[in-house]
Amino acid sequence: MRTPVRHDWLAGGAVILLGAVAVGLVQALLSDYLVTLACIALIYVMLTVSLQVTNGLTGLFSLGHPAFMTIGAYVAAILTYPAQRKSFMMPDLPPWLATQQWDLLPAMLIGAVAATLSAVIVGFCVLRLKGHYLAVATLGLIIIVRVVINNQDGYTRGGLGLSGVARLTDLWWVYAWTVLAVYVAWRIKHASLGRAMLAIRENEMAARCMGIDVFRTRLLAFVLGAFFAGIAGGLMVHLVSVITPGSYGIPLAFNLVVMVVIGGTGSITGGIVAAVAISLLGEALKPFEETLELYGLSQVLIALGLILMLRLRPQGMFGSGEPRFLLSAVRQAPQAVT
Amino acid sequence: MTQYYLQQLINGLMLGSLYALVAIGFSMIYGIVRLINFAHGDVVMIGAFATLALVGAGTPWLLVAPVVLLTGVLAGITIERAVFRPIRGAPQVTGFIATLALSVMIENGGVMLLSPQPRNFLFPDVMRTRVPIGPATVSLTDLVIIATTLILVGVLVLVVRRTRPGMAMRATAENLAVARLMGIDVNRTIMAAFALGSALAAIAGLLWGGRFGQIDPLMGFAPGLKAFVACVIGGVGSIPGAMIGGYLLGLGEVLFVGLLPPEYSGYRDAFVFATLILVLLVLPNGLLGRSEEERA
Repeated sequence: MRTPVRHDWLAGGAVILLGAVAVGLVQALLSDYLVTLACIALIYVMLTVSLQVTNGLTGLFSLGHPAFMTIGAYVAAILTYPAQRKSFMMPDLPPWLATQQWDLLPAMLIGAVAATLSAVIVGFCVLRLKGHYLAVATLGLIIIVRVVINNQDGYTRGGLGLSGVARLTDLWWVYAWTVLAVYVAWRIKHASLGRAMLAIRENEMAARCMGIDVFRTRLLAFVLGAFFAGIAGGLMVHLVSVITPGSYGIPLAFNLVVMVVIGGTGSITGGIVAAVAISLLGEALKPFEETLELYGLSQVLIALGLILMLRLRPQGMFGSGEPRFLLSAVRQAPQAVT
Repeated sequence: MTQYYLQQLINGLMLGSLYALVAIGFSMIYGIVRLINFAHGDVVMIGAFATLALVGAGTPWLLVAPVVLLTGVLAGITIERAVFRPIRGAPQVTGFIATLALSVMIENGGVMLLSPQPRNFLFPDVMRTRVPIGPATVSLTDLVIIATTLILVGVLVLVVRRTRPGMAMRATAENLAVARLMGIDVNRTIMAAFALGSALAAIAGLLWGGRFGQIDPLMGFAPGLKAFVACVIGGVGSIPGAMIGGYLLGLGEVLFVGLLPPEYSGYRDAFVFATLILVLLVLPNGLLGRSEEERA
């Protein structure tokens, strides 16, 4: 029998430090455009890793991440929006809200809480569904959120979108939140909760027989994903300073699923690698799309890559595992004799 | 006032017919391979663009329809061979992701090759004749859509109920392994189901373009998803169910917009998907579906 994984603090700390050095270098040496790109790649990492908990570990097929991002982003953006422009841009806001202008952190947290609460409500309705039924229901959620925001234009400016959101995020902010998301996912995966999630993914009936509260665990996985999606939305909107109801839509949901599948369903390292690689690849292909006038090329290539991956290596780059050097505690731990 | 209601009713039937055409193919394919074909809606787009190309080349309308039908057949067979057959037997989620990827590929391939700009699409002028029905007048297009749907569905039901390939199809849908043991060529039968279902979707594309006047490479997305909702309402895997679901959804959508105060009409799509979630919760097998597998 193997002892449960202990967290190798040294390896983890070294990775975080290395990341910080890389962030410092990127910040110091590269152009603004590339720094923004790095931020976006990290936000994708955060989204993918949190989706690894929902879809990868627990086996829920949720496409709802963009919906929660949209909620988190709009709530945070409305809270940080300059107070003197609010009465003009969002006439329906109640007066107590219209005079507020918050800092980034509290605004983002409130946004994430809003996303989380909506995930709880939605989760109670849709988490009884399975497989592709859940997928289509969460896809429907994206559309419902978009339609509602489009129509509540007194609060959100509707289809015009919200522009002129202050650029309050920088690479360090994004990095810190990404580290937190990865840390939380990593701890969950290697704790009893993660085992319970994996058990549900592999065999729900058996998990139930082991005494796992299936519904609660699924809801937790779903809600946790939604929290980080809300945070990611808040970060993104304060990075690119614009949002429209369709900014985070079905193409994004698809790309996130691609990142999860290519990285390996349930592998956090895989998710990180795939998120960075695919988001940078998409960006690198943009100039080609423009010069060749072949818009949509990157999406076609990503989809093709996914189909090939599903045919040739359906478990993804890393399967459900993590690379050895991050788990060195497993090798060093004394084997219990049974 | 009756005139207004009658008008809305016919609008609903028209939209319901289009949904039903797409939903039936969706349901046939689901029934036989137990996979949602996310790219089914994109066959609608392919049908519409095939029509545009044919009309642009000066083909007479009477010839256009059969060729579009054939395009749908080819598209269906290609989709089956390229994506569904290699992953048959893989976990359901894998199949679902693969068809999602296929849909993204077709849509973005369309954007790449055909440009994302919407194109105008016109039926011949005869189709805009107004036909009086009781107190209301209806355009000929709407009547043609409803009639075409009823005829095609009738033919399809005859094929599935009365012919040997149809019987093979039902047997394969019932139990693939046993059907194979009975000497049915399962590969060919599955292909036939894709061919028939996609042919209906392609014709729906022709009618959709003619009715709404504009087509673009992403136009298949909404009908595809709504056809799924229609299938769920009627019971996934059942052909009559898909038809009933399509009509209920079409009527529901039109009445939602037509009967409620105008400030609600923007919530049309939210209504459709809220219905989906509600039906899945309250009536997971739909109206006519059988509870042979777990959905919830």
